[in-house]
Amino acid sequence: MSLLSVAGLTIRYDDAIAVNGLSFAIEKGESVGLVGESGSGKSQTALAILGLLPAQADVSGDIRFEKTALLGASERALDSVRAQRLAIVFQDPAQALNPFVRIGQQLRRILLQHGLAEGAQAQARVIDMLRRVGLSDPERQYRAYPHQLSGGMRQRAMIASALITEPELLIADEPTTALDVTVQAQILELLEDIRKDTALLLITHDLGVVAGHCERMLVLKQGELVEQGATRDVFARPQHEHTARLLAAAPRLDRTDIPTTTTGAELLTIKGASVSYRETGHARLQAVRDVDLTIRAGETVALVGESGSGKSSLARAVLGLVPLQSGRVAFCGTALEGLAQDRATAVRRGMQLVFQDPVGSLNPQMRVANIVAEPLLVHEPDASADTRQQQVIAILEKTGLGEEFLERYPHELSGGEAQRVAIARALILKPKVLVCDEAVAALDGTVREQILALLHEVQIDSGLSIVFITHDLSVVRGISHRVLVMYMGALVELADNNALFEQPRHPYTRALLAAVPVPDPERAGGKATLAGEVPSALAPPSGCTFHPRCPHARDICKTEIPEQRTINSTTVACHRAEEI
Amino acid sequence: MLKYALLRLLGAIPTLLLVIVLAFLMVHAAPGGPFDDERVLSAEIEANIAAAYHLDEPLHRQFYRYFAGLLQGDLGPSYRYRDHTVSELIGTAFPISLKLGTMAMLLAVVFGVAAGSFAALRRNTLPDRSVMAFAMTGISIPVFVIAPVLVLLLAVKLQWLPAGWSGNEGAARFLLPVIALALPQVAYIARLTRASMIDVLASDFVRTARAQGLGTTAIVRYHALKPAMLPVLSYMGPAIAAILTGSVVVEEIFGIPGLGQFFVRAALNRDYTLVLGIVIFYATLVILLNLVVDILYGAIDPRIRQR
Ligand SMILES: Nc1ncnc2c1ncn2[C@@H]1O[C@H](COP(=O)(O)OP(=O)(O)O)[C@@H](O)[C@H]1O
Ligand code: SF4
Ligand SMILES: [Mg+2]
Repeated sequence: MSLLSVAGLTIRYDDAIAVNGLSFAIEKGESVGLVGESGSGKSQTALAILGLLPAQADVSGDIRFEKTALLGASERALDSVRAQRLAIVFQDPAQALNPFVRIGQQLRRILLQHGLAEGAQAQARVIDMLRRVGLSDPERQYRAYPHQLSGGMRQRAMIASALITEPELLIADEPTTALDVTVQAQILELLEDIRKDTALLLITHDLGVVAGHCERMLVLKQGELVEQGATRDVFARPQHEHTARLLAAAPRLDRTDIPTTTTGAELLTIKGASVSYRETGHARLQAVRDVDLTIRAGETVALVGESGSGKSSLARAVLGLVPLQSGRVAFCGTALEGLAQDRATAVRRGMQLVFQDPVGSLNPQMRVANIVAEPLLVHEPDASADTRQQQVIAILEKTGLGEEFLERYPHELSGGEAQRVAIARALILKPKVLVCDEAVAALDGTVREQILALLHEVQIDSGLSIVFITHDLSVVRGISHRVLVMYMGALVELADNNALFEQPRHPYTRALLAAVPVPDPERAGGKATLAGEVPSALAPPSGCTFHPRCPHARDICKTEIPEQRTINSTTVACHRAEEI
Repeated sequence: MLKYALLRLLGAIPTLLLVIVLAFLMVHAAPGGPFDDERVLSAEIEANIAAAYHLDEPLHRQFYRYFAGLLQGDLGPSYRYRDHTVSELIGTAFPISLKLGTMAMLLAVVFGVAAGSFAALRRNTLPDRSVMAFAMTGISIPVFVIAPVLVLLLAVKLQWLPAGWSGNEGAARFLLPVIALALPQVAYIARLTRASMIDVLASDFVRTARAQGLGTTAIVRYHALKPAMLPVLSYMGPAIAAILTGSVVVEEIFGIPGLGQFFVRAALNRDYTLVLGIVIFYATLVILLNLVVDILYGAIDPRIRQR
């Protein structure tokens, strides 16, 4: 008998079917991946198994945990299965853990509730569990509140809370989506190591994660199961065209030769740029330190780094949205510092920005036509309404949106369409540089590919330069000519695309590359070669800020800031770049 | 934490000063003087009395004199009860009001939170609707209507409780006034609790707790109650002020010799110093209690405590 069997699971809401006739089984101890794009019904399935669907959901079908029927069971009956036999790890530990209760108490409560331990013994067991999930100083973390831990530590605590009862099945719903790639690799490895005989249902949109961690996989499309099989087989020979499409859209690190589009002319020159923010008290947070970067006409430069590494701050300072603490920026041969406000604004018109959250960055009360026309109203107030209308239609067409979109409101757009509108709005002033700040991070694989293709087209058409900010190295591989890797506000490596991916010189770049989950079961990616997490920017480590996590660190790294050096046209800031 | 409390305490000083100045000016701007309604006195005696109480000095001198006394904790003599100082009068009357107010507050919080949580857990069922209908009524009827109705119903008709204050002994005589005073607050706190409890029960961490098989009782007790209490705690400041004002009415209606009653009498008698003293005393009390609420807030919410 299967550990978990789901048969004909259907979940309806008033206006939609979230899951339609889903059937699958999970055997004892195996690891199964459940993949699909956002909204395909993955989380709904997980919630249905645990009996946690909202009251307005209309559920039918059959879910059995061995012999026990879960669907339609009373809360009391469910409570005897939950935690003890069946546990879940949610996506965002910042929300999923109670911010008002100490971590240790939250875990201890589970043991007490199910009568698995008492008193001092319960506490000892919790501390032991915290230790096993890799939290250093578990006695202290026992008394910590969730907000006192970093994202990665919180997810470790969440995993501890799920595994402390030694359940037979663990469901993990996008357990690493909210985390940086090096931490993601740590957490996935931890799950693998620690679960022992516990079966795993790993829900993810990331095929790389499935390739590295699941024996079997299920593919969902709009609530229906379109394919299932051994992970190797599905990756090698996808049977359903939706699977094939997902696989094709999964970012890879393979070599792709990106045609040169640059004229070689220097367009934007950044010299010694530093940005700092004032924190509460007298502390200053150094977000960007002393970065040099030149962007040529018509090229794409990626800014890569984990959250908080200073990518967006650098871009915002260049765009004049935050002040530069020191350094110089020249655009089209005009130095921007010391320029009167209105002159600087006029020059900066040539640089436009696209944000991550496509729907949130558009004014919900405006129609698409007005959203796209708005920059024109500001910069060319004298143009006639007709001319404006013409320009709006032309630019929308260029971004792949027909005239039927003119009258729509942002909430009537899909994520991809909304991002096209945001790009159209940015392009209508015919900028020379487009800064895309995590512009595809919130999009599904296939939609992301379309948006990237659109950007590429525009670039070939109009010779646009693109600054592409992302935390995801795998997205960069297929689109950028050069890559700047940042760590704690500083440049660690700046190289041509192929040089960076094939011969990374900085230990941090290497670790980032190793941590990328590769969508290929034969080639293990997603390795956790880095311990720990990025330190607080308020108290950066001395010397090379990377030294506490660097496997190559020597004494000199603790005291001296490494100078930038150039090796075969790669700029790298590491004392040992030549030897390693 | 201590530093935060001290800073808040310092921050309260300007507010308090403003209250003192405003109260002083308002009381002195009121028409008539404290000795107006006594039998007609010769101009000479009137001048003597005025001089004895410094009423003949210019206003700023009077204020200066009053403020200097205030700094030493001296609220001056009462104009009406001539043998007593204002401080003494407050000292005798306040304990009764304090008892009344504390009991009303406790009742309001205990019953309000219980009713609100109960309603939230049975959301949109008949029990929930009844509790909320009751709460709506409780909020919309003012204390000076509730009090007589309660007296009529519970004391006169059913004869369960004593109606008046004098002639009755022990805790029983507190019951009706306390209920009358607490009722609107019970209602308001019930509504607050219900709304915030519903929010908290829908949060991700409660879903986690459900996934951990904790069951409703444990979830409310160990996970939901604390965060659901935050809006109630924020309301404690206004609630304290409302109970203070309410006690003025309730003491008058039930004939309770508390500070509220003194206040009303003092105002009618133009007993300047007593009115002023009570206003300043109450203002200080409200400001201090608000400070305590703020500090408690920090104690419940660990994210605030950090700062
Ligand atoms: N409370 C709800 N009311 C109505 N529709 C919902 C609700 N929750 C989820 N859905 C819908 O169910 C579908 C599947 O959602 P979900 O399981 O969250 O997808 P995934 O986890 O694969 O991203 C989506 O179309 C979503 O809009
Ligand atoms: S300078 Fe030292 S610590 Fe920094 S990356 Fe190089 S080897 Fe590692
Ligand atoms: Mg989901």
